[in-house]
Amino acid sequence: MGRYVARRLLQMIPVFIGSTLLVFAMMYALPGDPVRALAGEQTVDPAQIAQMKKDLGLDLPLWHQYLNYLGNLFQGDFGTQIASGRPVADIISDAFPITIRLALFAFTFTVLVGISIGIFAGLKADTLRDRGLLVLTLVLISIPSFVLGYLLQYFFAFQLGWVDPNVSTEAAPGELLLPAVVLGSLSLAYVARLTRTSVAENLRADYMRTAVAKGLPRRRVIGVHLMRNSLIPVVTFLGTDLGALLGGAVVTEGIFNVQGVGYAVFEALRHREGATVVGIVTLIVVVYLVASLIVDLLYAVLDPRIRYA
Amino acid sequence: MRGATHAKWAACAVAVALAATGCGGNGGGGGASGVVSSSWGDPPNPLEPANTNEVQGGKVLDMLFRGLKRYDPRTGEAKDALAERIDTTDSRNFTVTIKDGWTFSNGEKVTAKSFVDAWNYGAHLKNNQRNAYFFGYIEGYDKVHPEKGRPTAETLSGLRVKDARTFTVKLTQKFSTWPETLGYNAFAPLPRAFFDDHDAWLAKPVGNGPYTVASYAKGSQMSMRKWEQYPGPDKARNGGVDLQVFTDNNTAYTALTAGNLDLVDDVPASQLKNVRADLGDRYMNTPAGIIQTLSFPYYDKRWHADGMEKVRKGLSMAINRQQITDTIFQKTRTPARDWTSPVLKKEGGFDNTLCGEACEFDPAEAKRLVAEGGGIPGGTFKITYNADTGSHKEWVDAVCNSINNALDNDRACTGNPVGTFADYRNQIMNRKMTGPFRAGWQMDYPLIQNFLQPLYYENASSNDGKWASEEFDRLIDEANAESDAAKAVTKFQDAEKVVRDEMAAIPLWYQNGSAGYSDRISHVTLNPFSVPVYNEIKVN
Repeated sequence: MGRYVARRLLQMIPVFIGSTLLVFAMMYALPGDPVRALAGEQTVDPAQIAQMKKDLGLDLPLWHQYLNYLGNLFQGDFGTQIASGRPVADIISDAFPITIRLALFAFTFTVLVGISIGIFAGLKADTLRDRGLLVLTLVLISIPSFVLGYLLQYFFAFQLGWVDPNVSTEAAPGELLLPAVVLGSLSLAYVARLTRTSVAENLRADYMRTAVAKGLPRRRVIGVHLMRNSLIPVVTFLGTDLGALLGGAVVTEGIFNVQGVGYAVFEALRHREGATVVGIVTLIVVVYLVASLIVDLLYAVLDPRIRYA
Repeated sequence: MRGATHAKWAACAVAVALAATGCGGNGGGGGASGVVSSSWGDPPNPLEPANTNEVQGGKVLDMLFRGLKRYDPRTGEAKDALAERIDTTDSRNFTVTIKDGWTFSNGEKVTAKSFVDAWNYGAHLKNNQRNAYFFGYIEGYDKVHPEKGRPTAETLSGLRVKDARTFTVKLTQKFSTWPETLGYNAFAPLPRAFFDDHDAWLAKPVGNGPYTVASYAKGSQMSMRKWEQYPGPDKARNGGVDLQVFTDNNTAYTALTAGNLDLVDDVPASQLKNVRADLGDRYMNTPAGIIQTLSFPYYDKRWHADGMEKVRKGLSMAINRQQITDTIFQKTRTPARDWTSPVLKKEGGFDNTLCGEACEFDPAEAKRLVAEGGGIPGGTFKITYNADTGSHKEWVDAVCNSINNALDNDRACTGNPVGTFADYRNQIMNRKMTGPFRAGWQMDYPLIQNFLQPLYYENASSNDGKWASEEFDRLIDEANAESDAAKAVTKFQDAEKVVRDEMAAIPLWYQNGSAGYSDRISHVTLNPFSVPVYNEIKVN
């Protein structure tokens, strides 16, 4: 187990370097000059652009810039923004806590409501309530998040006045509930469907009949025997989903004024802030890798037949 | 339907949870009594006066600094602020005298040196100040900010401190209206703290304006508070202003309609239809010093040929400006009738008859002129624009549509989007344009000179189309040398007529500034730069 984890962690290093290189090269390849764009519609003289590029090391060839970046990164320096001169680490430490909070809310919502609906529907497969819940999930899947976002904002904030339509800059937990629901509802539908199918299938399994025949209480039959076996596909999905949630959501964050990772990346892309984009994307990659590692480890917990050495 | 009941219960549980937090989440917007909350975008640049050329940083500087001159929020006229007088006999050598009794909010006196040091800082190449070119008229600029190579001087030789309250300025050329440019933020004085501990100053800027910075959380909020000891006449009439960062103007507008924000100074285009219903007379739409034009690549022989001025005039007459501003911009823009802006007022050189018939929609005449001038080069052309900001696609398509209809040719004009603004500017700088391209000009100071010289003078900084006319340049030089303000304006207008006769650029429309505010506040106005005049806002 320990060796397995160590091996997986070591494998992250090439992935990490590869992804930073890729993103770095892509930012470099984008047309346009970020330093020139700073001045907007106004004039700027070439001497000043040259001077700024020199100060920022942007006049060097790609490989040299990348080596500089990696060198700084290993000393814990994410670089600075071209326009504001603000350390990228600052931007990351501002945006990530907000996104983490939002992602955890959305994730909790997905897990609790999604799995409940799934079990509820799966236990009585092909009945009216199962069909009804399937239709509900279908609706959730087919509504784009911005429609759902504006709809909920309209009803809960403007018609009923229960919540503020926007998240303030502090992003207090209460304010994040509505965006979290919007963000979580798509995955909720998937989780519900996955759980439902899995539960419905496993209900017919031999071990279930055995458990019932042994005279175990229904709570234990469903809670332990059925759930443990049915959750493997759901956990796989949830693992990658958590990674996606932590990667930020540009649209939902935009609707509710959440100044999280999605917004930060979007802004950085718009202004061609290479170092910022690479820094944040790299972190997202790491989050993905860790999330998938955790999922793999969870398999062993759920299914004792799986062993890691 | 047991399932349905359960679903209902679940919905209620969510609703209750939301309601509970709703009670806790309120109160983020209004703030303490007397404080105005206003939408903001984080300024992309550090908040140095000579480094701020966009409106978000401009808002802060407008509250934080007072320079030698200040543009009257209503008329745009440059009035003395810190300047007691600015004397000149030859329109080239100026003696500036500063009023007594002004200090920065940290107690330091504002002296002639505060100005000279600030200007030297702004001009020097090593400081990478975006507005450095503003100091380009001062003698010695080419030494501290050479076009190539390293600076050979540390300070501008044209600036001399005479005593605590006087300094002299020598310009490289005659420029009679130069004192009127001094209301621009780049010319603000700076305290010693700016130079001694630059990082600390940037984290919490100190100025000499009616407000002080109470706190600044980069990327989220800046709290400005009234400075009680402010010596000027334009004291703040509210307790302070909280500038709050929003992800975009839509969320800011949402916050305003929900009562969590007092002032937005940029109403999103998608809300223009609702804004009257939402806000009533608390919506403002006033002219801003911005004009949109179509420029031409004069480095391309085909657009430079003889007779092309007729084609350009024909194209101008083929554009139905009124219809486009009415439908696409919902009347937030006004069809252009000259190459300046209504904020200049008549005395300042705005003349809505100057363009005359060349800016009137007349499809028949347009078609005739284009044919007479030799037709569109290559039979078809593209209008280039950047697609990432400002919803340019809609109006470019409309302009093309209007031209195609007038010329009875479906393929005469098409749009040519460029993905990003950065790339767009790059292509313009590298002279890659093959046809007309979008050009927007936001004035730096409300002078007719600023609408003409930077854009059409040979090799001027923003002359992107590389248009050149000896007559125009001569008239501009004469106008700059003219000491009588009214005569100078007439000269500038003569130069503008050269632009018209050649149709150097097709004027499209003047842009308006818009703002909406809550019923908590009153006396909201926008200055000619479309920045709210914060110090005049009253909290009810």
